[in-house]
Amino acid sequence: MKPTILNNFALWAFIVLISFSCNNQGSTPSVLQAGNVASKVYVAPGEQDEFYAFLSGGFSGQVSVYGLPSGRLLKIIPVFSLDAEKGYGFNEETKPLLNTSFGFVPWDDSHHPELSQTNGVPDGRWLFINGNNTPRIARIDLTTFETVEIIEIPNSGGNHSSPFITENSEYVVAGTRFSVPFPQKDVAIDSYKENFKGALTFISVAPESGEMDLAFQILVPGFDYDLAHSGKGKSHGWTFFTTYNTEQSNTLKEVNASQNDKDFIAAVNWKKAEEYLAQGKAKDYPTSYTHNVYGEDTHMATSNTVEQVKVLIPSECPGLIYYLPTPKSPHGVDVDPTGEYIVGNGKLSADLTVHSFDKMIQAIENESFETEIDGIPVLNFEDVVAGSVESGGLGPLHTEFDAEGNAYTTFFITSEVVKWKVGTWEVLDRVPCYYSVGHLMIPGGDSKQPWGKYLLAMNKITKDRYLPTGPELNQSAQLYDISGDKMELLLDFPTVGEPHYAQGIAADLIREKSKKIYQLGENKHPYATTKEEDARVEREGDVVRIYMTSIRSHFAPDNIEGIKVGDKVYFHLTNVEQDWDTPHGLSVMGARNAEILVMPGQTETLYWEPQKPGVYPFYCTDFCSALHQEMQGYIRVSESNSAVPLKWSLGETPS
Amino acid sequence: MKQIVLGAFLMGILWGCSQENKEQAGSDPPIKKEVSEAPKSTDPMDNKGVGPITSLELGPIDQAMVDEGKTIYDQMCTACHKADEKFIGPAPAGIMTRRSPEWVMNMILNPEGMVREDPIAKQLLVEYNMAPMANQGLTEDQARKILEYFRTLE
Repeated sequence: MKPTILNNFALWAFIVLISFSCNNQGSTPSVLQAGNVASKVYVAPGEQDEFYAFLSGGFSGQVSVYGLPSGRLLKIIPVFSLDAEKGYGFNEETKPLLNTSFGFVPWDDSHHPELSQTNGVPDGRWLFINGNNTPRIARIDLTTFETVEIIEIPNSGGNHSSPFITENSEYVVAGTRFSVPFPQKDVAIDSYKENFKGALTFISVAPESGEMDLAFQILVPGFDYDLAHSGKGKSHGWTFFTTYNTEQSNTLKEVNASQNDKDFIAAVNWKKAEEYLAQGKAKDYPTSYTHNVYGEDTHMATSNTVEQVKVLIPSECPGLIYYLPTPKSPHGVDVDPTGEYIVGNGKLSADLTVHSFDKMIQAIENESFETEIDGIPVLNFEDVVAGSVESGGLGPLHTEFDAEGNAYTTFFITSEVVKWKVGTWEVLDRVPCYYSVGHLMIPGGDSKQPWGKYLLAMNKITKDRYLPTGPELNQSAQLYDISGDKMELLLDFPTVGEPHYAQGIAADLIREKSKKIYQLGENKHPYATTKEEDARVEREGDVVRIYMTSIRSHFAPDNIEGIKVGDKVYFHLTNVEQDWDTPHGLSVMGARNAEILVMPGQTETLYWEPQKPGVYPFYCTDFCSALHQEMQGYIRVSESNSAVPLKWSLGETPS
Repeated sequence: MKQIVLGAFLMGILWGCSQENKEQAGSDPPIKKEVSEAPKSTDPMDNKGVGPITSLELGPIDQAMVDEGKTIYDQMCTACHKADEKFIGPAPAGIMTRRSPEWVMNMILNPEGMVREDPIAKQLLVEYNMAPMANQGLTEDQARKILEYFRTLE
């Protein structure tokens, strides 16, 4: 077999290439020679990224955490959906988090992550995110990167314009995308105009604990409330919601909800709402929603049902809410860092409409109203508009800002980001996206002090960007450098679910506070076993509780007998390790459940209903030491009428 | 034949390259080749181990510290150490006659460093079936109290 000349040539080329890269593994990484662009996203092995990026998981229901600029996937945080990898929603401790007024709902469509803020700047304490389908808002603790609270939103039919926090985290908000009968009732769908209403909900956030509380709802006309952003600086105290379907159509909305030339941005004065609440103007509406909180010390969530909600009626509360006419079914509404400009991204047009907060206040003072809808004054478009950006693009969706007075808007139809100057409305630059960009994110880009530097475009269509994976593809994101006059494409990476919005924050604000272990001494789980000598098995009727511990590399107990078919068996596993990154998993053969994955110092519970007599192995699922393969045990199951006594042990060998 | 020569050459380059990488990796402390060498002093009581404790003078036994030390030991250590018998790890009974107090505290406070660098700890890791000593995140004060408790175990 003689190699052809071509083969020879290919081999030699390969050798030269290897020699070249080999020679360059020294002081200068070869990637620097590959070009300026690569060096901008190169985070050397062992080094860490400059920013955390929190991307919504869209229809995965979760949040994915990336490092920027590298695009490294750091973690998927389970929020609204079951996650077998982490036992989330499978273990007894987290099941209550997914409880709703409809019962256990193991999935949602997560859209807009929003970091807590202090003085209008992300502070790295919590991340909030909305569930769109069965309306909810979740709070994630950024010391543990775990979901610690989920509150359901009543009288809502699609929690889309949410959570969009206020500048000192006073409130997160929830506007309904789909208006529904308020309160829910059995009516004809074509009675929409008569019976369907919108709800704009304000959920307060406790300053110390972060715990949410549904403060009040505003009953508004039955439009579709699409997106929101809260004011900042001079406009602090207001929250702005876009609307579409002001036609109040209930069918073929694709056509029927696009008839009006202008819809509205609803401007809500929530400080005024607080005054009305204090005056007792709110009406108590009967309702039913759940509020689920995970206890930091108990490692366990509890679910409570609330039966009442405070509702403010605009016609009875003058000055509470105004409508700002805004062209072409506006989608995103974004407030610039000064708080003066309110950008309406009219998705069915080419241009952006920018309203002025000062002009809005002036128009309100002048009582210059075009008309009134259900007690809500409609301002004159000409009185409030500050300018319009003639972009040359089509289908503007969302806008973020840098610290230099520039704005960046995504255009879905023409698949691009356009950079423009706030105040002069002049278009400065444009770059294509691959493909059909939806949201974008600049670190701090919806806050008073954007970090700027990078822009992440999150796209709806992927097509040929990566190696094909059959008909179903992940979504794609592109990272741009925005530090210069011209935007520069740096990196392209796939994302999980369909990311809608994202948030970015300087890594230093989170890194130092990140928890490494749970202190065993602070473990208040009611079924914790913090000392191995306390490991035991207790039976009460057909309920069997196994108080189990784990440490490298054994479970205590690891031999259990006297379990019967039909028992309800709870493995309460406490991981008594106290070192960072030493989790232990537990899985049981045949358990119609997932594993549990228990962090150091934590207690989690795996529930198991044994079905057949026999002896079943259980084992550690997370490779923990050189003796991980030995980290296993047996549990014996006898017939339901068996007399085999309850017995447990570790390390006993027959004599 | 040509192909074999080329292949060998190729492998040579790859091997050279990977060797070079190994030397440059450098973030881990170099592994000393002392597996076959005996420690300089044959008396283990002279070995203070590797870690934060370099020198420790012991006074009379302090019973309050002993009691606290036992509580911490029971809570944090008994999953692997039984006082009087070999379990996952060695029994602490009589340890003060076998090891220096500094060595004991360093083993508690710096188990990763000890099994990497201390000859006795390395030998124990092999003897105990490669079961790593867990770092339980104790403070020096807690480790000192456990040491005081160990002084009462004979």
